[in-house]
Amino acid sequence: MLALASPALLVILLLIVLPVGWLAWQSIYHDGFTLENYRRVFTEDIYWRSFALTFEISLAVTVIALMLGYPVAYLANSVSKGWSILILSLVVLPFWTSVLVRAYAWLALLQRTGVINQFLRYLDVISEPLALVHNTFGTVVATVHILLPFMVLPLYATMQKIPGDLMQAGASLGASPSLTFFRVFLPLSLPGVLAGCTMVFVLCLGFYITPELLGGGRTVMVSMLVSRNVELYNQFGAASAVAVVLLLSVLLIFFAVSRFISLDRVLGQK
Amino acid sequence: MTTTRNFGFGCALLGAIGLTGTAAQAAEQITFVSQGGAYQAAQTVAILDPSAKKLGITINQDSIPDAWPAIKTQVGSGKPIWDVVDTPTGNCLRGGEQGLIEKLDFSKIPNGAAMPEAYRSPYSVSYEFYSSVLSYSQKTFPKDAPNSWADFWDVKKFPGRRALRNHPFATLEAALMADGVAPDKLYPLDVDRAFKKLEEIKPHITVWWTSGAQSAQLLNDGEVDMEMAWNGRVSAVAKEGAKVSFTYNQGILQSTSLCILKGAPNLETAVKFLNEAVDPVHQANLPLNIDYGPGNPKAFETGVIKPERAAQLPSEPANAAKQALMSYAWWSSPAGEAAEKRWASFMQK
Repeated sequence: MLALASPALLVILLLIVLPVGWLAWQSIYHDGFTLENYRRVFTEDIYWRSFALTFEISLAVTVIALMLGYPVAYLANSVSKGWSILILSLVVLPFWTSVLVRAYAWLALLQRTGVINQFLRYLDVISEPLALVHNTFGTVVATVHILLPFMVLPLYATMQKIPGDLMQAGASLGASPSLTFFRVFLPLSLPGVLAGCTMVFVLCLGFYITPELLGGGRTVMVSMLVSRNVELYNQFGAASAVAVVLLLSVLLIFFAVSRFISLDRVLGQK
Repeated sequence: MTTTRNFGFGCALLGAIGLTGTAAQAAEQITFVSQGGAYQAAQTVAILDPSAKKLGITINQDSIPDAWPAIKTQVGSGKPIWDVVDTPTGNCLRGGEQGLIEKLDFSKIPNGAAMPEAYRSPYSVSYEFYSSVLSYSQKTFPKDAPNSWADFWDVKKFPGRRALRNHPFATLEAALMADGVAPDKLYPLDVDRAFKKLEEIKPHITVWWTSGAQSAQLLNDGEVDMEMAWNGRVSAVAKEGAKVSFTYNQGILQSTSLCILKGAPNLETAVKFLNEAVDPVHQANLPLNIDYGPGNPKAFETGVIKPERAAQLPSEPANAAKQALMSYAWWSSPAGEAAEKRWASFMQK
């Protein structure tokens, strides 16, 4: 097994562990040891604002993705095999288009002269076009779209493992469908909820292209600070310090989640 | 290293064959780096191929969107691979101050020495010009279009959605001109005054764009009614049929320059090439292939550029006179770098 896994492990070591380690090293070493890069991150308030905004957006995206994704996963779980394959294919289908293309597609829908505003004006619902994009709203909408599969798939996998007998048992004891759902099904699906939420939240923390294209320049997420710092300070350390802080926040989240559910379930779904 | 040399040698041989037997000269070669795409292709036709032919040298080309990190690593390693780079002028100046760029001996670069002083520095010569201009939709403004940055700031007289670049370069200059500073009296920039003026327009800015493509899309789709954009982007959108236009009035004239890496492997040939690349005739051929102005103003005296075409170019003398020439020396000074850092907190406030 180890022999089979070693190429992949080697790739991870060479392409992820070493570069990340090198970047982390750069953040504390530049002509001698320095904590200047971290001092900046923790004292200048633009960093604090960016981190706060990034967590806010990630939270909003996670909640919306859960509200949209749960019914889809539930539906896919309760219909016949053929239908569930169709539903899941539709969920995964957007993966085949690049994030960039999807961001531009949302621009075409949401902008002032976009489809939605044109349609609403045609119906006379609005007289002035709504500001649907070039702000946080547009960023959240597009990010939810991109991350939705990461919510639906773990939910579906968890629901698949809930024995149908339990719901029948609940019904046979006289519980209404909604009561069996809330007392039996929902609690059993919670590991999936936690898994999906963690995936979506963590992935969203590192989003770059979507806020860059749809945020109108004001929605500055942490990943944008990373790229901006490379330009501004002409050394990788200033940027990698931001990345290290973000990485540590992610690890902290994983650690916190792992107290409630095993990480295998979040990442592996056994 | 060996493979690079071998590859270079192969190119030199090919060059020698192409140049019908001037093998001794053809052994001379340089590596030239620009930003790729249509822009580098246009240079190849207008400047690089003719220069290689005239000097009997081989020009190996490379391209990179942002040369600065590579300049730092190559010179830092002590063995640069590149000779000449075409990069925003600020990089040449910064690099010169940090010992990454060769100081030029203008006695060996007569074409450069003949250029106006504002168009060169001890480390660089201007290679091509573009401009950050005020552009607008002709649908929104069929007549009485905004014609100055003061107009851009006047949201009562010129209602409409606006966009600016999410970068302090040119934007601070525009703010100062909107506040009444003359285009030739901008530097050193009064940074406080510029940011104060920007605060005024900030609530009316729909988008702070980050890429040239994005600025073109905003204008093309009618997402904004007026914006600061690069002249080449606006004319490209107009060529595709969008009702958009721009004015050179109070544009901010920006340039890329040629400079040579410190310790370049082919220093002497690089200097020869640098002189040839700003030759007025080669330079005059550039705007026939792309919407950029020549870096050497003498190009306009060669007769190669027709007057109608010249009138469209940012560095044509009459157009240049209406604009502000960006001072890269100021932007790479400590005050300029501080202003660049201040931009981030301005945006996130």
